[in-house]
Amino acid sequence: MNILYAVIYVVLAPILGGLLSGVDRIITARMQGRKGPPVLQPFYDVMKLFTKQNAIVNRTESFFVFFFLIFTVFTGVLFFGQMDLLLVIFALTLSGVFLILGAYSANSAYSTIGAEREMLQVMSYEPMVLLVGVGFYLSTKSFAISDIMMARLPAIIYMPGVFLGFIYILTIKLRKSPFDLSTSHHAHQELVKGITTEFSGPTLAYVEIAHWYENILLMGFVYLFFAFDSIWSPVIGIAATLIIYFMEILVDNGYARVKWKIVLGTSWVIAATLAFINLVVLNFLG
Amino acid sequence: MSTILILILFPLLCAILLSLVRNDELRGWIVRIAVVTIAATTIYLGWEFFNSPNKYYFEHAGILKYFFVSAEIFISVLILAAGIKYKKFSVVIMSIVQTSGILWFEIAGNKLELQILGHMYVDKLSVIMSLIIGVIGGLICLFAVSYMREYHQHHREYKDRRRVFFPLLFVFLSSMFGIVFTNDFSWMFLFWEITTYCSFIFIGYTKTKEATNNAFTALILNMIGGLGFTGAIIYLGMVKGITELDQLLKYGINDPEILLPLFLFGIAALTKSAQLPFSKWLLGAMVAPTPTSALLHSSTMVKAGVYLIIRLAPLFTGNIVGIMVAVVGGLTFVLASFMAISQSDAKKVLAFSTIANLGLIVACGGIGTYESIWAGVFLIIFHAVAKSLLFLSVGTTENILGSRDIEDMHGLIVKLPQVAFFMAIGIAGMFLAPFGMLISKWAALRAFIDSKNILIVLFLVFGSAATLFYWTKWLGKLTAVLYKVEKVEAEVKSDAKISLAIHAFLTIVLCMFFPIISRLLIEPYLIDVFGQSNITIIGRDNQVIMVIMMCMVALVPFAMRVLTSGDERITTSYMGGVNVGDNRMFIDSMGREKRMFLTNWYMESYFGDKKLLLPGIITGAIVIALGFALVLGSVL
Repeated sequence: MNILYAVIYVVLAPILGGLLSGVDRIITARMQGRKGPPVLQPFYDVMKLFTKQNAIVNRTESFFVFFFLIFTVFTGVLFFGQMDLLLVIFALTLSGVFLILGAYSANSAYSTIGAEREMLQVMSYEPMVLLVGVGFYLSTKSFAISDIMMARLPAIIYMPGVFLGFIYILTIKLRKSPFDLSTSHHAHQELVKGITTEFSGPTLAYVEIAHWYENILLMGFVYLFFAFDSIWSPVIGIAATLIIYFMEILVDNGYARVKWKIVLGTSWVIAATLAFINLVVLNFLG
Repeated sequence: MSTILILILFPLLCAILLSLVRNDELRGWIVRIAVVTIAATTIYLGWEFFNSPNKYYFEHAGILKYFFVSAEIFISVLILAAGIKYKKFSVVIMSIVQTSGILWFEIAGNKLELQILGHMYVDKLSVIMSLIIGVIGGLICLFAVSYMREYHQHHREYKDRRRVFFPLLFVFLSSMFGIVFTNDFSWMFLFWEITTYCSFIFIGYTKTKEATNNAFTALILNMIGGLGFTGAIIYLGMVKGITELDQLLKYGINDPEILLPLFLFGIAALTKSAQLPFSKWLLGAMVAPTPTSALLHSSTMVKAGVYLIIRLAPLFTGNIVGIMVAVVGGLTFVLASFMAISQSDAKKVLAFSTIANLGLIVACGGIGTYESIWAGVFLIIFHAVAKSLLFLSVGTTENILGSRDIEDMHGLIVKLPQVAFFMAIGIAGMFLAPFGMLISKWAALRAFIDSKNILIVLFLVFGSAATLFYWTKWLGKLTAVLYKVEKVEAEVKSDAKISLAIHAFLTIVLCMFFPIISRLLIEPYLIDVFGQSNITIIGRDNQVIMVIMMCMVALVPFAMRVLTSGDERITTSYMGGVNVGDNRMFIDSMGREKRMFLTNWYMESYFGDKKLLLPGIITGAIVIALGFALVLGSVL
């Protein structure tokens, strides 16, 4: 296991994630003709949340959220420590389940519907994410991230269809419009704050920090498509992740939230067509 | 006397004893002693064969041959009688065809005979299966003692037939041992048919119209499989001179002539494991009392079907029957997982989940590589434990709360904390990392990709997504912490509690020790079959990580109880500002207090069984018909 990268991740990811979030808000604001908050605003927000009293419905929900944070960090450690890609995907699912259970445990209307929608989101992107894992295995004959990083050619050359499918569901995972069904950074009209409705103070701060860790992990996934054994790899990779993230912000501002049937239907159709056909071709050739 | 004979005969002895006993207290003690003895004997068997070579028994059948033939006639007569009594003519016809076929083959058939090493055979796979039958089956029988007592207290409308129920449990265990220890196909067929008959009686236990109908559905569908089994026996015996499993595995590889009997065995296994298009009977079997559902219809009897497929798996690699079986398995996995989403009856969810996971095991067998069989055997083990735990938890809940609807399990962690805890472990054990089923699915995914079967991979990923949805929403229902609701005053009897606790313990411990199980039992079996073992399916690094994850997950319930910060402000939940104050009622727009209800999402219009079951049955039937056509084409 690559301990160095894992430690760097644990220390730097919240900082980078928060900065990414801050830059996100400024760009979003500019797109909307506003000035936007300072770039460090997400950090100010989280620090303020820690000073607030933890108002909760019951103690169970804050524990679930705490474990959501722990397992998200753990998943990122597995990823940046260059372990097994499939295990990373499974661990990410596990951490997501803790957040969902946290919302259920509050036994509140808004958080429960948020939890149900969150599960729908997970069900929507899960096939595609698993097919990403399969795609990397077919391209590099290994699930080990360390092997993928040492590939001769970047994986995107072998699986452009899988990449496009992944970018599509990335919008779901980043909680961007049009797929931000369960919660988002602005209040919902019908769900208040959805899955995070009953979280406040430090509990909500943990959710926020976990999202920073998770976003860096997701950017890492994007990078992985461009990773290969060359000095140009970090340059191309980071450029790609920044371009993709910018596109996500663009999509977020360009589209209104859609109905759940469209989220589920389109994600599954794309996984079953774009990704599947790519993999069939790859399987046939390789 | 050899251990395997004890395992087959001792339960029969218990069955006879139990049929004579009227006193419930005495019955309970006989069951307890029997269960402990059987479980201990299977563990002893495991120790016997731990580092020892596999063994053949009964090189010559002698008078046993006549015993088996008469027993087969006896069962056929019982089935025939049932068919006549209830005017189910398909049963009558199938029974006559089957019995005449077997009799003709045994007595008059012109058999070429290859040398028989032994009519019975024990290897590591038999040991694994016998441990599941003995330990898990035993725990279920233990649970059944207190469960059936309460069941009849709540259901005075059903006739108390426990003098049939309990003996039959042990007859069933005996025949399951028979299936996994026999080498001779005709002998295996007797035990196979006994399990069919037991299932028939069990499903029809309450003797209601629905139960009787469902029992006959199960009987008919399983008899179709029985006809397939019979056909395979006759063909193999007369055309190839093969009467034993080991002969088939030795001489059958790459022989196009065995495609037809292989197909017929496939049909037998697919019916027994309720794969599409034969799934209806397992869904209807849920009317039976919970111990039946746990024992027959999730942990053991249906495992007989997948056991046969796993045994025959080396013959499936790369041929048309293997592909057909794998596609049926994968299709069943994905469609059954979808249909489980739309069910609110907990036993129906468990039934669909069972069918789905059996589909996954069938797909692993159909592909027939080292990796896929490794995954398949692990799936068998972990599924048996976790699913049994779930059925028993649901049964306990139903006896106490009077309902097995998931909606009524809302807040179970508050109402019945112990049962909810066990149920949560069962659910987590079915799909979450780092539990066993996840490990097995991981291995299955790798095996499917390595076998170049991308369609089955697609089935797996979509089915997994659906799986996640219906388990998490059930888990969420359990963990909803109801506000100021009292624990339900109910005592879980010690038999049930011990059974549940051991199940939960096994769910956790087995997955922590899966590398050891792999090294001691599964890899030796695979070396027997394939002759080499240099493939690491789940590497050491990953094993260590999963143990770490398991420890972390195990900390969750303890952390919740032990750690408090005391600094929180407990508030009421947010109901748009109109919470009355008890987190249950809100003030509606007319100023009156109204109750809030939270239900799960079922999406019946997309995932309902009314939408998907019939298309699934039709598609499964088409796949099998295509397979049959291709097999016939290659034979003729």
